[in-house]
Amino acid sequence: MPARVVNLYSARHYDTDDALYDEFTAGTGIRVNLIEGDADQLIERIRAEGRNSPADVLVTVDAGRIWRAQEAGLFQKVASPVLAARVPASYRDPEGHWFGFSMRARVIAYARDRVKPGELSTYEALADPRWRRRVLVRSSSHVYNQSLVGALIAAHGEAATEQWARGVVANFARPPQGGDTDQLKALAAGLGDVAIVNHYYYARLLNSTRADERDVAQRVGLFYPNQGRGERGVHVNISGGGVIATAPNREAAVTFLEYLASDNAQRLFARGAFEYPVVPGVPRDPTLLGLRAFKADTLSPRVYGANNARALQLMLRAGWR
Amino acid sequence: MNISDTEVSLAAGGAAVGRGSRVAGGVAGWALRLAGVVVVALLGLPIVTVLASLIAPTDGAWARLAALTLPQYVTNTVWLLLGIGAGVFIIGVGTAWLVTMHRFPGRGLCEWVLLLPLAVPAYLLAYTYADLLQFTGPVQSALRAWAGWRAGDYWFPEIRSLGGAIAVMTCVFYPYVYLLARAAFLEQSVSVLEVSRTLGVGPWQTFVRVALPLARPGIVAGLALALMEVLADFGTVKHFEVATFTTGIYLTWFGLGSPVGAAKLAAGLLMFVLAVVGLERAFRGRRRFHPTAVRAPQSGGFALVGARGVAALAACLLPPLLGFGVPGIVLLWLALRDGDPAPGATFVALAARSFGLAALAALASVVVAAAIAYGVRQARGPVTLLAARVATIGYALPGSLIAVGVLLPFGRIDNAVDAWARVTFDRSTGLLLSGTVVVLVLAYLVRFLAVSYNAVDAGLSRIRPSMDEAARTLGHGAGSTLMRVHAPMMSGSLLAAGLLVFVDTLKELPATLILRPFNFDTLAIRVYQLASDERLAQASTAALVIVAVGLAPVIILSRAMVRVRPGAGRVNGL
Repeated sequence: MPARVVNLYSARHYDTDDALYDEFTAGTGIRVNLIEGDADQLIERIRAEGRNSPADVLVTVDAGRIWRAQEAGLFQKVASPVLAARVPASYRDPEGHWFGFSMRARVIAYARDRVKPGELSTYEALADPRWRRRVLVRSSSHVYNQSLVGALIAAHGEAATEQWARGVVANFARPPQGGDTDQLKALAAGLGDVAIVNHYYYARLLNSTRADERDVAQRVGLFYPNQGRGERGVHVNISGGGVIATAPNREAAVTFLEYLASDNAQRLFARGAFEYPVVPGVPRDPTLLGLRAFKADTLSPRVYGANNARALQLMLRAGWR
Repeated sequence: MNISDTEVSLAAGGAAVGRGSRVAGGVAGWALRLAGVVVVALLGLPIVTVLASLIAPTDGAWARLAALTLPQYVTNTVWLLLGIGAGVFIIGVGTAWLVTMHRFPGRGLCEWVLLLPLAVPAYLLAYTYADLLQFTGPVQSALRAWAGWRAGDYWFPEIRSLGGAIAVMTCVFYPYVYLLARAAFLEQSVSVLEVSRTLGVGPWQTFVRVALPLARPGIVAGLALALMEVLADFGTVKHFEVATFTTGIYLTWFGLGSPVGAAKLAAGLLMFVLAVVGLERAFRGRRRFHPTAVRAPQSGGFALVGARGVAALAACLLPPLLGFGVPGIVLLWLALRDGDPAPGATFVALAARSFGLAALAALASVVVAAAIAYGVRQARGPVTLLAARVATIGYALPGSLIAVGVLLPFGRIDNAVDAWARVTFDRSTGLLLSGTVVVLVLAYLVRFLAVSYNAVDAGLSRIRPSMDEAARTLGHGAGSTLMRVHAPMMSGSLLAAGLLVFVDTLKELPATLILRPFNFDTLAIRVYQLASDERLAQASTAALVIVAVGLAPVIILSRAMVRVRPGAGRVNGL
């Protein structure tokens, strides 16, 4: 009998994931074959490979891309009692096309010496003129911003969101450039006072082996916006995956997804990149314990995924390059 | 080599006629034609795939975005081409002129050091310079600490800008012009230049009015290569947030989910490519220049002494310092301070795979380039000429575009074969080619054939048809002529072609990323994995290994170029 394998197409690039695959193989005897790449390009590849594609599982780092893969008909339904029981309903597709395994919160970082947390409240408030020339954020071409703005469109409609985007653009401390880490470093160096970033980049700086990076984290605070009574909560994106419709190793693929929802995998999955585990009750990384408990926006990725193209056009119209 | 002298005397004897005028007959001729057809079909497929989507209807979303962003794509792309074109022309031609026609202390060193930036991928240069010069980088931080400034207190050029992109790509692409301009200058007869001087024309006037026009075909070919690299670049412009056709293609495709819109932009990009190629042909094709009998003597050149010598040395060392030295030192510093935590054995494995892949691509592209070049020479016809044109277009297309162009048709072919096998033999063949190294090497071929073809073609064009005829008269068939006359004369050009494609493949990222087989990581992939996770410092280790592996072939190339002087056979790269 040939060795059992699962063929994984993954958009995650964390070295710690290797430990995850090793543990899976040790526990199940199923070997993991891996191709890493951009989610969109992996989707193109699976489509081009057609019904003979070797792909069993596609994992992305953004729900918008998972939604796009589902739209393209790449996933099959998985009815797994294990996954249904462990992954909360808001982080998986109701029909079982895909499941989220870790969460990343898009939060507001602020310079501790120039901004008091009390001055911050919501994403919406970042368009206020009081933040003129003080806001740092990466380019609109990045999917994290597209998903956030997609969620804002769902909450306020397109016209109001465009108005908001114009306000934020007017508040830019500099034209968008670099990644989230670059925004945090610029914040610490005194260029701009607030930044929109994913929480784990901050956690990573906090845990850096280098003193200068830990110093950046020390100068910066994280604020989880939209937490007030009646507000929808902080925008949360998921990293997740599903079983490909043409998967040659369907059983192994489901086993792999179920493994990702296990306590141990959840710890490993979340630890490497300082993400939040989706399964309730799994202990968080000590760094994340230091960050506050938060209310997350339960908006389905299907909604902001579908808003993706509109969000991008809206930002470009508003001058958010 | 003596053969070269024979060529020279034959040429001097006025025996040269228009090349390729005679159509080869027999088995060899048909084999060449068949090879031409196969090559056209295989290499044209991805490009046709991209263009085919032009006919597809446009969705409204894309049309609105295009109206918004297209003017900027056009403006930025034009400025990049003009800026980098001017930059690489001045640096490439200037340094080539200095090292070929002058004597100054350190000239021997300059001759090959000038080529070193070829080993550095453009995106790595972008990463390191952004890291060095941005607001939070060491230079500006030190400046602020020293002067007590804060944000907004001072002006500093923004590296992540159009100007920054022009500067960085000029530093990394000028060697193409240098390589070809130098080869062209080496071919020029010193006596022509001396006649010019004797007639009272100053050195500057001699350069502008005599040497430059004579070297024009080589310079224009080098410019075309550099500008095609610019058009294909994604990593630099993305990192510097300069919106061009290439970034627009990505944004439309992936942000907007509109492959059709992306293909239309790609067609726009192709217009620029055709413009560059057309310009090259217009400038090169008007006159034919034949190398004359007497060439620059080994010890030739005007002596630059004192301050002028030092100035010449500085002018020749500055470009490689910026394009190789600074990024090399920054990467080394980053790697030592905060390098990749992966064990050393990982890098040995990655380097071995990158090396093998690059060697395979180099070999394949030299063979295919030679086949096309011979096809054109022996059987000049529509098929072979088309093959030659197709071969040069891929170089200006972004790697990811070519990758998808390869992915789609081969997926279709594989699935068709599978369906047929299922019906006929009740067996599934699965995917025969998709997801294998074969498809990956094919993508490299489409992408880099221009480089090897130009080199082989340049080498071949120096072998006059009269030599073929002489060989035939002496009783040698086509195969024997190839092996005993052409091959020895071509070895330098073939070597140059192979080395250049080797280095290009080593640096290639987007096509490798999309097309590679399972568990098949390379050095460039390792850089991508870490850099895309915003861990640039850790990516420096793999980056450094790329440069190190690429350095060997670049040094071989430059040493060969220096060693083999006129009259002793040439390695006229490209």
